[in-house]
Amino acid sequence: MRRLLVANRGEIAVRIIRAARDLGIPTVAVHSKADAGALHTRLADTSVEIGPSPASKSYLVGDAILAAAKDTGADAVHPGYGFLSERASFAAAVADAGLTFVGPAAATIERMGDKVAAREVARAAGVPTVPGTPGGVAGVDAAVEAAREVGYPVMLKAAAGGGGRGIRVVHDEAALRTAFGQASHEAQKAFGDGTMYLERYVELARHVEVQVLGDGTEAVHLFERECSLQRRRQKVVEEAVSPGITEAVREAMTTAAVDLCREVGYTSAGTVEFLVDDATGEFFFIEMNTRIQVEHPTTELVTGIDLVAEQLRVAAGDPLRFGQDAIARRGHAIEYRVTAEDPDRDFLPQPGGVGRITLPSGPWVRCDTWLEPDATVPPYYDSLLAKVVVWGADRDEALARSRRALDEFGVDGVPTTAGLLRTLVDEPWVASADFHTSTLEQWLTSRKETA
Amino acid sequence: MSRHEIVSPIPGVFYRRPDPDSPPFAEDGASVTDDSPVGLVEVMKSFHQVPAGVSGTLVEFLVADEDEVDAGQPVAVVETQ
Repeated sequence: MRRLLVANRGEIAVRIIRAARDLGIPTVAVHSKADAGALHTRLADTSVEIGPSPASKSYLVGDAILAAAKDTGADAVHPGYGFLSERASFAAAVADAGLTFVGPAAATIERMGDKVAAREVARAAGVPTVPGTPGGVAGVDAAVEAAREVGYPVMLKAAAGGGGRGIRVVHDEAALRTAFGQASHEAQKAFGDGTMYLERYVELARHVEVQVLGDGTEAVHLFERECSLQRRRQKVVEEAVSPGITEAVREAMTTAAVDLCREVGYTSAGTVEFLVDDATGEFFFIEMNTRIQVEHPTTELVTGIDLVAEQLRVAAGDPLRFGQDAIARRGHAIEYRVTAEDPDRDFLPQPGGVGRITLPSGPWVRCDTWLEPDATVPPYYDSLLAKVVVWGADRDEALARSRRALDEFGVDGVPTTAGLLRTLVDEPWVASADFHTSTLEQWLTSRKETA
Repeated sequence: MSRHEIVSPIPGVFYRRPDPDSPPFAEDGASVTDDSPVGLVEVMKSFHQVPAGVSGTLVEFLVADEDEVDAGQPVAVVETQ
């Protein structure tokens, strides 16, 4: 790999540029008009403006990114997360242009991106999936019949969906009949494919995901993360490892994730997501993310492995540098996503200029951010300002350090969620890890009602 | 008759349609009521409807589809009785 183009912005672009620099690989940043002076743009060795401010006219335009790669002599492209990272056609276009895509093959992205196909892969690898229909259902009557077998409540999902869109939970046949047509229509509009499938809805579920690395032949896991604290199906706090599963479940789940990677000949970093039924301890495969994830630093802090650097090495054609036996975990890490949103105004995103900033640092605290003093938070992209990641010898120490780190976080000019996250740390149910995927939402609702 | 300016409550990108395949929320000359949506503002990947805020006739849009708008910027004009 001679020169790496980073097809992203914000903290993840900064993160990737730093990993490349550690490996001695020169970098090219692409940027929209709004990001002309952004940190990732200045940090890279070279930068290229690829279009106007809206992402649909810049970061999502594959041709503009490929033209920038050609103009700057880049021979590899790292897509980061979001934007084009899981678009199989982009991965294929990068390969067709004779460049290296830092991620799995286009065919793998396509296969794992189709939830119905992904479930079939999981079954073939012997990985448990949520009880449900093996593929898309033909229509509302077929859905009703399938739901009788699966048992209510059921979750209706779009085969081509993502990011929590195109999902409905229904508790009986009447609700299913009403919801099916709407959801299918919505999916058709949003994803160009109205195919729906359905699966059992686990009421008290934990969201636990296994980090994997593969080189196309060998695959390893780097333990798991717990991502149950979510708002509107978006993760807010993540930790490694999960405090909510037993060692036996951990062993079975990580083994299943590696089996799945071997089944698809997975190359690069990826994440195999599971739903854990808190009542029974059963775990079910839900989907695979074929990219680096926002919460990857928690895994890095407990394993000491730089996931982005390993992605780059594998993309360059190197075999995995370590086997499973060489991967150990130590202590506990927690990541908090600080966003430019106002928790007192229903999380209204608030772009604008910032003034002074204080970012947490010090022993065993990592802050991944693009934020600088006097920066502007543009209205065009997501609201993530910074990821505050802490490490502790155990979970209690990590929680104590979280208080210190979040207290230090300060940004003048725009509201942020740092204060709310700090309040959250003191909740007894957080300390005891007694939560599931709806707990945060319920807590936010009860706070609003008592306010 | 008086002129009422509908303002965007937040900065972002203004859209006249609920999604790219749908017709606009309102055309010039449309009758609107208090809570009739006239557009959407996308800010940081979240979408917020802009209601007319008054009853009357929508006479003019002051920004084009996909224009960038500031908080408090007038986006359309309604004539009220």
